[in-house]
Amino acid sequence: MTPSVDQPLVTGDAPKPQKGRIGRRQTTVRQPRQSISLFEPKILGRAVVDSFKKLDPRLQARNPVMFVVEVGSVVTSIEFLRSLVDSSISADRGFILTVTLWLWFTVIFANFAEAMAEGRGKAQADTLRKARTDTLAKRLPAGTTTYQVGMAAESVAAPQLRKGDLVLVEAGDAIPSDGEIIAGVASVDESAITGESAPVIRESGGDRSAVTGGTKVLSDWIIVRITADPGSTFLDRMIALVEGANRQKTPNEIALNILLAVLTIIFLLAVVTLEPFAIYSGNPVSITALVALLVCLIPTTIGGLLSSIGIAGMDRMVQRNVLATSGRAVEAAGDVDVLLLDKTGTITLGNRMASEFIPVGGASAADLAQAAMLSSIPDETPEGRSIVVLARDTYKVSEVGNDVQTGAMTFIPFSATTRMSGVDVGANGHAPREIRKGAADAVITWARERQAATPADLQPAVERIARAGGTPLVVAESDGDAAPRILGVIYLKDIVKQGMRERFDQLRKMGIRTVMITGDNPLTAKAIADEAGVDDFLAQATPETKMKLIREQQAGGRLVAMTGDGTNDAPALAQADVGVAMNTGTQAAKEAGNMVDLDSNPTKLIEIVEVGKQLLITRGALTTFSIANDVAKYFAIIPAVFVATFPQLQTLNVMGLATPHSAILSAVIFNALIIIALIPLALRGVKYRAVGAGRLLRDNLLLYGVGGIILPFAGIKAIDLILAALHLS
Amino acid sequence: MTFTFNGLAQIAVYFGLIVLLTKPVGLYLNAVFEKKNTWFERVLHPVERGFYWVSGVKEDEQQDWKAYTVAMLIFSVAGLLLLYAIERMQGVLPANPQNFAGLDPALAWNTAVSFTTNTNWQNYGGETTMSYLTQMLGLAFHNFTSAAVGIVLAVAVIRGFVRRSGKSLGNFWVDLTRCILYILLPICVVYALFLVWQGVPQTFNGYTPVTSLEGFKQTLALGPVASQEAIKMLGTNGGGFFNANSAHPFENPTPFTNLIEMLSIFTFGAGLLYFFGKVAGNLKIGWSLFGAVSFLFLAGAVITLGAEQQGNPLLATVHATNAPLVQIDQGYHEYALAQPGGNMEGKETRFGIASSTLFATITTDASCGAINSWHDSFTPIGGMIPMLNIALGEIVFGGVGSGHYGLLMFAILSVFIAGLMVGRTPEYLGKKIEQQEVKMASIALLILPLSILCFSAFAVVYSHGVSQIANPGPHGLSEILYLYTSSTGNNGSAFGGIAANTPFYNWTGAFAMLVGRFGFVIPIMALGGALAGKRIAPVGPGTLPTSGGLFAALVVGVILIVGALTFFPAYALGPIVEHLLMLSGKSF
Repeated sequence: MTPSVDQPLVTGDAPKPQKGRIGRRQTTVRQPRQSISLFEPKILGRAVVDSFKKLDPRLQARNPVMFVVEVGSVVTSIEFLRSLVDSSISADRGFILTVTLWLWFTVIFANFAEAMAEGRGKAQADTLRKARTDTLAKRLPAGTTTYQVGMAAESVAAPQLRKGDLVLVEAGDAIPSDGEIIAGVASVDESAITGESAPVIRESGGDRSAVTGGTKVLSDWIIVRITADPGSTFLDRMIALVEGANRQKTPNEIALNILLAVLTIIFLLAVVTLEPFAIYSGNPVSITALVALLVCLIPTTIGGLLSSIGIAGMDRMVQRNVLATSGRAVEAAGDVDVLLLDKTGTITLGNRMASEFIPVGGASAADLAQAAMLSSIPDETPEGRSIVVLARDTYKVSEVGNDVQTGAMTFIPFSATTRMSGVDVGANGHAPREIRKGAADAVITWARERQAATPADLQPAVERIARAGGTPLVVAESDGDAAPRILGVIYLKDIVKQGMRERFDQLRKMGIRTVMITGDNPLTAKAIADEAGVDDFLAQATPETKMKLIREQQAGGRLVAMTGDGTNDAPALAQADVGVAMNTGTQAAKEAGNMVDLDSNPTKLIEIVEVGKQLLITRGALTTFSIANDVAKYFAIIPAVFVATFPQLQTLNVMGLATPHSAILSAVIFNALIIIALIPLALRGVKYRAVGAGRLLRDNLLLYGVGGIILPFAGIKAIDLILAALHLS
Repeated sequence: MTFTFNGLAQIAVYFGLIVLLTKPVGLYLNAVFEKKNTWFERVLHPVERGFYWVSGVKEDEQQDWKAYTVAMLIFSVAGLLLLYAIERMQGVLPANPQNFAGLDPALAWNTAVSFTTNTNWQNYGGETTMSYLTQMLGLAFHNFTSAAVGIVLAVAVIRGFVRRSGKSLGNFWVDLTRCILYILLPICVVYALFLVWQGVPQTFNGYTPVTSLEGFKQTLALGPVASQEAIKMLGTNGGGFFNANSAHPFENPTPFTNLIEMLSIFTFGAGLLYFFGKVAGNLKIGWSLFGAVSFLFLAGAVITLGAEQQGNPLLATVHATNAPLVQIDQGYHEYALAQPGGNMEGKETRFGIASSTLFATITTDASCGAINSWHDSFTPIGGMIPMLNIALGEIVFGGVGSGHYGLLMFAILSVFIAGLMVGRTPEYLGKKIEQQEVKMASIALLILPLSILCFSAFAVVYSHGVSQIANPGPHGLSEILYLYTSSTGNNGSAFGGIAANTPFYNWTGAFAMLVGRFGFVIPIMALGGALAGKRIAPVGPGTLPTSGGLFAALVVGVILIVGALTFFPAYALGPIVEHLLMLSGKSF
């Protein structure tokens, strides 16, 4: 499927055409990934074929419950053959045949469930595979240190690239493999991976330097150092994951399998020892009835659907554009106790907005607004734009002032050392009018240097804004003609995204604490934390303090989930139990986390937790249901097999099933059909509601526990009535 | 089903007393095993240290689950061999006024295993087989030690469940010594004196010939009974001094002793539940399990009472009655559907139906096995409930220890099966239930049906096995099922109706007892050990609630569906069909 790492490197050879791979470059822009319909005909067809292939006992042996059913089916099949020649049981031939067929159906239905889940994954993988390209890469000689367009490069097939190779990718080229940009900047179409058709900027250095094989450079050129050997690229891993080719059972799944295996052994004992008891009582039970009883009692419902639930859980992650590196990570997502959420972009809109001008020291609001606007006209940052909008819309400052018409404006951009920005407006011959806006202390110092007084009402205004969680920007001007002065403060407000408070309330009900991570000072952080309704916050966060927070939470027995994108997030992502790396992030971040969000949407973490919980709930619900089902099956089969010996046992036939044969057959048919009936539930998952665990347990116990006891009574009775009506019993 | 006010009132009063005893006993267990601070400390601690000095035990040394289990196994095997030797050689040993000979190997082995495993199944008549030395040095010794082993194993498992760090479960030798010294011995001294006051003999004199009122000469079997009786009940051993066990007037002379004997069966089981909540830091956890088993106890007691009070309706139809007839109109009429006065067959008139059925339920709920009536003579349903109680693992209050950790196994399984439905990896007491825990709980769950069903299935088709039973048909099946249930469950109560002192039943019974004890406890200890090292996650609104009515109901549901239904096919051919046959006019 994918070239293995140890494939011999033959220079100059074209790569062999391989299955599932298309030979030319893909050029269409893919739409965002769509969820695949549950009963897509193509998948259904493939699943039907696969359910027969999976009858191979070597495959069945992995699932002890269904293996026992298959062995039982073989036994009754032999019994049927014997009935053809043995006159002592030939009267029951029809019954034996029907039971045998339904036992085989039981195995096939379970196989079908698994094949359906796998089929959905394979369909996803096929779409991804189309994104893989067999492009020719332009490999640069090793040791190249200076780069320019049109430099000499050797043409090699993409699969022959190895870690550390340098390649040149120019506009129109597909990026041959995963790597890191070491020179250049380019706009890249990543729709093949993310489904998002808007191109993104990738450049060397910083947190946007990672590129993924299969994406396409649209403009400019970049030099990429390859970071993955063939077969282990991001796309390869993604395909393997959604396909579930080498799916590892998760810890919880293994534990559940052990329980199911032991329950199967216990029921095997109960059924096998029944024969001696029956012989003692005077009448041996037929092998067919014993096998039927066994198959009905062992937990076939959950046994047949267990692997589909796991595969479907992964699938649901993929549908949300999240790639989990293992099923274990999906499971852990359900257990998360603490979510660390970055403030910016997750809790608040990415940008702060100007919301108020507060004049100080006798300056008028109009003066302040005008100065603020002037200083921001050339400022292309979202904050700068919002100041212009506020001044124009609320303070009615006309956009084109006199100064602009009369003199040249020089923009002083923001820098980390000056911590302010502004404009110098040259007025012909005069000293230019300088306007500055920025961090309070920086602007005050700037004004002091120009002998401007600090108005008494400045500090209270600044503090008020800071306390309210806003960012105060102080505006000062120094006009050649007038005395320099501090005009006032711009209130930049963090805008909390809509609906976040409700979201956090839900999480709290789920038992999950949210901690907001921000670089802001504690005062600001607290104000936003209060507004957003998070449980806690970490202010002035650094990678070290983040790490410390995670370790503390884990030492207290909590599971922590976080998102991150930068290289400096990598250690924390690795430490967290669920680390979701943004696809826009660096290669280091992606490798450290155990999930990658292709949409790079930090809010996704909440959905990830829900998918994890859904997976576990589905598994628990079907286990409970499966075990609860046994009550009715005992009452169907036990009287049926012994009523010949002890007619009084008819009293136990509480469902009033027509005949012993129809009773056994109804139980077996119900047992097989319930697997089919529950496939949609297994694939879609039980709906998760954000309520406390107590209520969730109560509701689910009622539905799947009590319901699991009652439903088969009705179901078996209904099947029995149909059998009787059709004269099949 | 027929109920009498007397019967229901006895159940209620008994249950009320148990509720009252639970907390003080639990607190005392906590003082002995955790705080190491009891009222007796000043007097007994030097003695305790003396034992450690002699045996070289380091008091502060901690053991992980393997070391603890190995110590327990060494101790049990040594005790087993010692008892076997005493039984075989009692003919040449002192304190043998009746000059009983040594036991044959099969019986000696069966009895040695039986007392070592706290089963106390008796394939012998005590007063006609065992010398005073065997009774006191051999059997009474095991009554103390096997009970203490049960308690300390439960304590060790509980420690694994609740400890916050480390792998240690305590020190077997220290726990054992403290259990006997601070708990069993002091209580038994008082208990034995109480029994003597009530008329139980305590003497080294030989059997005494007396002339009865009718002029018949008879020999009264005597002996050091009171001291044996106290630990037999308190340690939920159940091995009687006399063959008739607690039905014998010298073991259980008055209604008062009957009540105290019944109370002493549940005392430690109930106390352990409180202790569990106490050390888990949440009393509700313990009380919730208490609630779950209370339901099972009350349901079992009421059903057994109802079945026995109803009696065999066939007797009513033939006017066989032990109650005065009621004159209505011109004729005499009995209760049409019930045996008048209920089923008194096999019951002591001193105790009547109510005290007998309650005793039978209690002795099988816990792993006691003492009896004050003949379970074989119960109605089919009345006899099925005690058998089912044992088959569940005697988890209802659970006697000394063994039942308690059986209940914890069901709690773990309940948490694992249903706990996923809240969307988290299941946790119990904040500890995640994962592969190792599930594996060990499942193996333990497997042991009882494995041993009970396989041995019974073999015996019912083995000619010798069938030849030893007294009743044909479904009742005979019940007799065999009960034998292996009682052996495997380490209960020791006999259904009766089966001549079990044969090499076949002695050897297979002994094997069932060994499997039931050690095959069960080793995985449970491994479970405790696996949990011991786990981090405790804080409880939040997203955590599965493991206390309260809902959880108790869940545990009951899992016990009944996973535990009880396994035996449904077998019981359908035994007591259930026997009951239905009885209703249709056929008795066995």
